[in-house]
Amino acid sequence: MTDITAHWTLALPEIWVLSMACVTLLADLFFAAKLRNIAAVLTGLTLVGAAALTFMLMGQRGAAFNGMFIADPFANVTNLFSYLSVFLVVVYSGRYLRERGLYRGEVFVLLLFALLGVMIMASGGNLLTIYLGLELLALSQYALVAMYRDSLVATEAGLKYFVLGALASGLLLYGMSLLYGLTGSLDVQDIAAGLVNVTGSNLVLVFAMVFITAGIAFKLGAAPFHMWLPDVYQGAPTAITLFLASAPKLGAFALIIRLLVDGGYGVMAVWQQIFIVLALASLVVGNVIAIAQGNIKRMLAYSTVGHVGFLSLGVLAGTLNGLASALFYTVVYVLMSLAGFGMILLLTRAGFEAERIDDFKGLAQRKPWYAAMMLIIMFSMAGVPPTVGFYAKLAVFQAVIDAGYVWIAVIGVLLAVIGAFYYLRVVKVMYFDAPEDAAPEIARDDVAAAFMSVNSVALLILGILPGPLMAFCIYALQGVI
Amino acid sequence: MANFPLLSLAIWTPVIGGILTLAVGDRRAGAARWAALIFSIMAFVVTIPLYTGFNDHTAAMQFSEHAVWIPSLNIHYHLGVDGISLWFILLTSFLTILVVISSWTNIQQRVAQYMGAFLIMEGLMIGVFCALDAILFYVFWEAMLIPMFLIIGIWGGPNRVYATIKFFLYTFLGSVLMLVALLYLYFHADHSFNLLTFQQIPLGSTAQILIFIAFFLAFAVKIPMWPVHTWLPDAHVEAPTGGSVILAAVMLKMGAYGFLRLSLPIVPNASRELAWIMIGLSLIAIIYVALVAVVQEDMKKLIAYSSIAHMGFVTLGFFVFNAVAIEGSVIQMLSHGFVSAAMFLCVGVLYDRMHTREIKAYGGVVNTMPVFAALMMLFAMANVGLPGTSGFVGEFMVILGTYQVYPWAAILAATSLITGAAYTLWLFKRVIFGAVTHPAVAVLKDGNGREILVLGSLAFFTLLLGIWPAPFLDILHSSVQHLVEQAAINKIPA
Repeated sequence: MTDITAHWTLALPEIWVLSMACVTLLADLFFAAKLRNIAAVLTGLTLVGAAALTFMLMGQRGAAFNGMFIADPFANVTNLFSYLSVFLVVVYSGRYLRERGLYRGEVFVLLLFALLGVMIMASGGNLLTIYLGLELLALSQYALVAMYRDSLVATEAGLKYFVLGALASGLLLYGMSLLYGLTGSLDVQDIAAGLVNVTGSNLVLVFAMVFITAGIAFKLGAAPFHMWLPDVYQGAPTAITLFLASAPKLGAFALIIRLLVDGGYGVMAVWQQIFIVLALASLVVGNVIAIAQGNIKRMLAYSTVGHVGFLSLGVLAGTLNGLASALFYTVVYVLMSLAGFGMILLLTRAGFEAERIDDFKGLAQRKPWYAAMMLIIMFSMAGVPPTVGFYAKLAVFQAVIDAGYVWIAVIGVLLAVIGAFYYLRVVKVMYFDAPEDAAPEIARDDVAAAFMSVNSVALLILGILPGPLMAFCIYALQGVI
Repeated sequence: MANFPLLSLAIWTPVIGGILTLAVGDRRAGAARWAALIFSIMAFVVTIPLYTGFNDHTAAMQFSEHAVWIPSLNIHYHLGVDGISLWFILLTSFLTILVVISSWTNIQQRVAQYMGAFLIMEGLMIGVFCALDAILFYVFWEAMLIPMFLIIGIWGGPNRVYATIKFFLYTFLGSVLMLVALLYLYFHADHSFNLLTFQQIPLGSTAQILIFIAFFLAFAVKIPMWPVHTWLPDAHVEAPTGGSVILAAVMLKMGAYGFLRLSLPIVPNASRELAWIMIGLSLIAIIYVALVAVVQEDMKKLIAYSSIAHMGFVTLGFFVFNAVAIEGSVIQMLSHGFVSAAMFLCVGVLYDRMHTREIKAYGGVVNTMPVFAALMMLFAMANVGLPGTSGFVGEFMVILGTYQVYPWAAILAATSLITGAAYTLWLFKRVIFGAVTHPAVAVLKDGNGREILVLGSLAFFTLLLGIWPAPFLDILHSSVQHLVEQAAINKIPA
C-alpha cells in the first residue's frame, strides 16, 4: 500500500483555498462589525496566494492521494483563469452588493467554495473527486442565487436552479455508475484502459456516454439542456449572474476534459455524435431566441447558449487542435461575459437594475467611454475582427473544418450572422438613440471602471495579438491528448 | 529605403492618427478637425513613396513585409502591393483628405468621433489592399464595417438606423462564407493562409465552384451586383456626405478587388465556367439598374444606382479575361472613385444649403451658383462617359475588350451611353438649369473656397485620367498581364 499522502504538495492551491475559505468565514463572524471589507480583502488575498502557489507548481505533472487528484498544466491553466474571474467578480460587484445589503461574508465564502469546486473538478482523477467538486460548486451556486431573499425572482431562480441542477447531477451520476459497471473502476485512467475493449455499439456504453454528456451539457448550458439558464441568469442578482457566467463554465469545460477526453477518448465516436447535435441545437436556440429578448441579462443568457454551441464545435472536432480552440473559446467567453455583465453592474444604482436593453439608450452621450467599452464587448461577442471574439470563432471553425465537417462550419457562420443582429441592437441603442429622460445618473465607481477598462481593452489587445493565449491553451492540453 | 516598412506606415499612420483624434475629444471640435486634417495629409504623404518607388516592369509583389503573427494557426502579417492595389491605396489616402475637408463645417455633432472613424477606416481599407495573408485580409475586410456602421448610424439621415443595420448584416452575411472558403483553402494549402500559395494549389472542379460561390457572395454584396444591391441605395441615402464618398469611391472597389485578388487567380476554372452568370448579372446592372436610376427623385439615390450600373462595367470587364478589358475595369474603378466621390460631394454642397435631396426642390441653381454648376457639369459629363473625361477611358476599354469575345454583350453594354446620359443629364437639367422656381434657390451662395478646392482637385484628376491615362495604365500592365495568365491556368488535378 502506498502512502496516500505522497505528493500532497501538488494540491497546495486547493488546500490553501479551503483553509482560507474557513478563515474568511470565521474572520467575518468576529470582525465584520468593525472591518466591513474584511471578507472581500481576505478573498482577494486568497486568490493572490492561490495564484502564487499555482505558478510555483506550474508545469508539474503527477497524481496525489492514490490518483484521486491529478495535477497537470490543464488544471493549472483552468485554476489561473478561475482565480482571475473570481477576482474580477469581487471587484465588479462590490458596490452592487453593498447597495442591496448583500455585502456579507457569506457571499465571499460561497464564492471561494465554488472556486474550490472548480479547482477540484479540474484536477479530478477519479469519478468521485470529480463529482465532489461538481457538487461543491453547484451547492454554492444554488445558495448564491437564492441569497437575495428580498427578491422574489431571485428566490424563484434559486429554486429552479436547484431542482434542475439536482436532476442534472443525477443524470451525470447515473452515467458514472454505468461506466463503473462497464469497467469496474472509478479511476479515470483505469476507465480509459477498461474502455479499450468495449466497442462503440455496446448499449451500456452508449447509455453511459449519453447520460454523462447530458449532465455536462446541462452544466455548460447547451441546448436542449439550457432551459434553466435564461431564468437563472435573469433572476439571480446581477453580481451572482456575473459569477455564474465565469468560473463555472471553466469547471464545465474541465468535466469535458476529465470525463470525456481523459476517460472516454477511446470511444470518442460515441460522444462526438452527441456533441454535433448539442452544438447545432445550441447555435440555433441561442442565436435565434436571443433576438426576441428585451432584458439584457436574458439576452446574454441566450447568447451564452450560442457561445456554448460555438465552443462545442471545437469539442466535437476532438483533436488537440479542436480542444485547444474550445478552451480558448471558453476563456474568451469568460472574459467577454465578465465584461458584459460587469457593464450592467456599472450602470446599476440602488433600486435600479439597468437590465433592460433600453437602459443603455444614449449611453454614448452620457458616458462615451462606457459606451466604447460596451461596443468592444458586443463586437467581440458577435465575432467581428479585430476583437478576440473573432479569433475564438476562427479557431473553432478551423478545427471543425479540419475534422471534415465543412457543413457544420457553414451552419455555424450563418448563425453567427443572425447572432450579430442582437449584439448590434445594443450598439444601436447606445450610439443611435437618445438617452431616456428617466435614466438615473451613473454612479461613480472608479475601481470597477478601471478594471472594466482593462478587461475590455484586453478584448481588443488579445484580438490584435491572440498568439500567446492560443499557445497557452495548446500548452494546457498537450499532455491530455 | 527598400526595406523600410512603407506599407505598415500607410496602414498604421491613419489608424493611430484616428485614435489620437478620438483622444482630442468632442468638446474641442476645432482641434479635432485640425488634428484629422494633419493626420490625413500625413497618411497621404506616406503613400507617395509607394508610387515613386514602384517598379512597373514586374508583376511580383513589392514593398513586401513578412512576419509571423499567430504561430499556432500559421497566420502571418504579410503585406505587399502590385500595380492593381497601388492605385487603390493612393485613391483611399487622397480621398480621405477630401472627406475631412468637406466635413469641416457640416458635421457639428461629435466631431472627434466622426473624424477618428474616417481615419481608422482609411487605415483598415488600405490594409485590405495590401494584405497577402488570407486572415489578415479578412480581419481588415470585416473590421472596416465597424466604423462605417457607426458613421451611417450616428451622423446619417432620418432612416439611418434601418440603413446601417441592413448594411452591416448584408455585408457580414456575404463575408462569413468567404471565411469558410478561406479555411478550406488553408487545409488544402498545407496549413498556410498565404494568398499567393492559394493561387498555386490545385483544386477539384466542385471545390472550385463552391469556393467561387462563397467568394462571389462576399464580393458581389460589396460591389454590389444585382440582385444583392438593395442595401446600397439605403446606405447612401442615409449616410452623411463623407460616408457616401468613401462608400462609393473606395468600399465598393473592395469587392471588385476581391475578384481580382482571390476569385480569378485562386479558382480560375470556376471563374471561366461561371463567367456567363457574371456577365449576365453585369449586363443586368448596366441596363436595368441604369433604367431604375432614371426614375429616382432623390439625388443621392440616383447617384447610388448609377454607381451600381458603373460597377457593372467593372465586373463585365473582369469576366471576359483579356488584358484590355481588365485594365479598362481598373481604370473605370479609379474614374468612378473620382467621379462618384465628386457627385456625392456636389449633392452634399447643395444639401448643406437647402437640407433636401429631392430633385424637385431645386431648379435654376446655375443662376446663383455658377462656379459650382460648371464643376458639376464636368462631373456629370464624366459620369456619362464623355471623351476627354476619365469616364470614357474605362468604359471604352471594357467595351473594346468585351467586343473581341462576346460582341453581343459589348453591344448591350454600350446602351449605357444612352441610359447614362439620360439619368445624368436629366438630373443635371432639373437641378441646375431652368428658371428659379423656389425662393430658397434664389438666395443660394456659390461654393466657398473649401468646396471649390475639394471639387477642383477632383476635377483635375478626372481630366488627367481622361486626357492622359498612360501613366495610370503603365503601372497596371505587368500586373494585369500576370493576372490574365493566372486566370487562364487549368487548376483541376488530372
